[in-house]
Amino acid sequence: MSEPILSLKNLETRYGQIYALRGISMDIQEGEIVTLLGANGAGKSTTLKTISSLITASAGSVTFNGREITHLHPHTIVEMGVIHVPEGRMIFKELTVKENLELGSFTLHDNDIRKQRLERVYGLFPVLGERQQQMGGFLSGGEQQMLAMGRALMTEPKVLLLDEPSMGLAPLIVNNIMDIIRQINKDHGTTILLVEQNAKAALKLATRGYVLETGEIVMEGSAEELSKDESIVKAYLGE
Amino acid sequence: MQQLFNGLLIGSFYGLVAIGYSMVYGIIKLLNFAHGDIYMIGAFSGLVFLSIVSPYIGAGWPALILGMLITMLLVGLLGVFIQRVAYRPMLKAPRLSILITALAVSMILYNTVMLLSAGRYRAFNVEISSESFYLGALRLTETRVVLIVAAFALMFIMHMFITKTMYGKAMRAIALDRDTCQLMGIDVYKIIALTFFVGSALAAAAGIMAGVYYGTIHFYMGFLIGLKAFTAAVIGGIGIIPGAMLGGLLLGLLEAFGTQIPFIGTQWKDVFSFAFLILFLIFKPNGLLGRSESERM
Ligand SMILES: Nc1ncnc2c1ncn2[C@@H]1O[C@H](COP(=O)(O)OP(=O)(O)O)[C@@H](O)[C@H]1O
Ligand SMILES: [Mg+2]
Repeated sequence: MSEPILSLKNLETRYGQIYALRGISMDIQEGEIVTLLGANGAGKSTTLKTISSLITASAGSVTFNGREITHLHPHTIVEMGVIHVPEGRMIFKELTVKENLELGSFTLHDNDIRKQRLERVYGLFPVLGERQQQMGGFLSGGEQQMLAMGRALMTEPKVLLLDEPSMGLAPLIVNNIMDIIRQINKDHGTTILLVEQNAKAALKLATRGYVLETGEIVMEGSAEELSKDESIVKAYLGE
Repeated sequence: MQQLFNGLLIGSFYGLVAIGYSMVYGIIKLLNFAHGDIYMIGAFSGLVFLSIVSPYIGAGWPALILGMLITMLLVGLLGVFIQRVAYRPMLKAPRLSILITALAVSMILYNTVMLLSAGRYRAFNVEISSESFYLGALRLTETRVVLIVAAFALMFIMHMFITKTMYGKAMRAIALDRDTCQLMGIDVYKIIALTFFVGSALAAAAGIMAGVYYGTIHFYMGFLIGLKAFTAAVIGGIGIIPGAMLGGLLLGLLEAFGTQIPFIGTQWKDVFSFAFLILFLIFKPNGLLGRSESERM
């Protein structure tokens, strides 16, 4: 196997004295879609926040393209091409759709390229193009998720970290979002780490997955293996 | 008409100071008590500059404009410096600590200037014609016309800056959600520093303009305008930059017209302003342009 594009080694993160991650390791190859599953409170969001440096790891390391990024500033990590779309979308509700997208390309200093990227995002999400002058807060949940993803794409990321993109969305819209994630991966070869509680949707999309439980990885395998595993079926796929 | 002009002129000073007040509140939720003192420092720096250069280039408009630009730059940097040493270490501390820090900064600034200026009123001497002329019923002087044009030009530039440039957009975004800005690749501390630079520079400009307008300056001149700027910021919706400009202009107009009401003379002007502040805090605490939390959801 070639060198992974993103690699976590024995990563530990604490909130005060409480461990949220107890030494997790993951390897993600370029171009893969990998999902990170787990119940509420398992530490999925903490994993992504530690990768993007919103929280500082207390031990272990994060490596991107062979370079350690554990203690870099969040903005430096963005400049390197690792983009985190946070849980709850976190769009700027009181800025316009267009301004939201432009901020996604803050690290870019060329206005012409910014315009090109805007057009590309509008191509992928036509609804954003139609509503570019509206305040972000007026969009529906699904549209806000599209905006959050579009904003992340403005940098042309190498790795996209998506935190529960399906959260709170109707099934039809979840399918729509999952299709778009697949398309982003296919068209640009963007590596994707997809955090989900909706294991069913995530396993349909991903090639591999990890399962997190109270800050530890308890299982990993191909999407196929995981969808057949009995404990997973019971815990996350049960109807 | 005359009152309208006076109100807009004074109001534009308030507005320029209120912008910094409001921006800093928006971005780090600090009521920057030292902001009025930055205005005062601006006035004194301008005076010092003029007294240095006037033997060579006089104290007319060219010297004044040059002095204003240089003072804006220096005082802007002073704002950044204060931010770096006094506020940044406190950003993660409880809100009250940083508020007390701002009070301390304010005292340091005005006590320093009090010592240096021997606590006296200083004449802000400029060589500009004070002859008045009439435009219809409006009595104007060259000074006033230039001042109001300059003040509005600064507000216009500021408006373009925050609406059109990426740095301006980042400032507004940080006021909304700092963590998410980090995920956009924005160096939040850099933008906070920039905010202090811009806010302090505008306050310094207003300080110099006030010096030219009133003719004298003193170390305590920042106190009242700090309160007025706060009022203006609240009227417009604190944290909202166009609101600060609007609030400043409105406050200036209110004072100008308020003093025209029979039995309310100029000595009641400040009472009038703060009565307005109280009314706003009671009936419209989010200001003219602010939306309430519930509407935001
Ligand atoms: N800001 C925080 N302060 C303290 N504890 C936190 C904080 N954020 C998350 N936690 C705790 O860390 C654990 C993991 O949380 P999180 O990563 O958000 O889980 P998930 O995203 O899988 O639902 C939980 O027990 C949660 O209560
Ligand atoms: Mg989470």
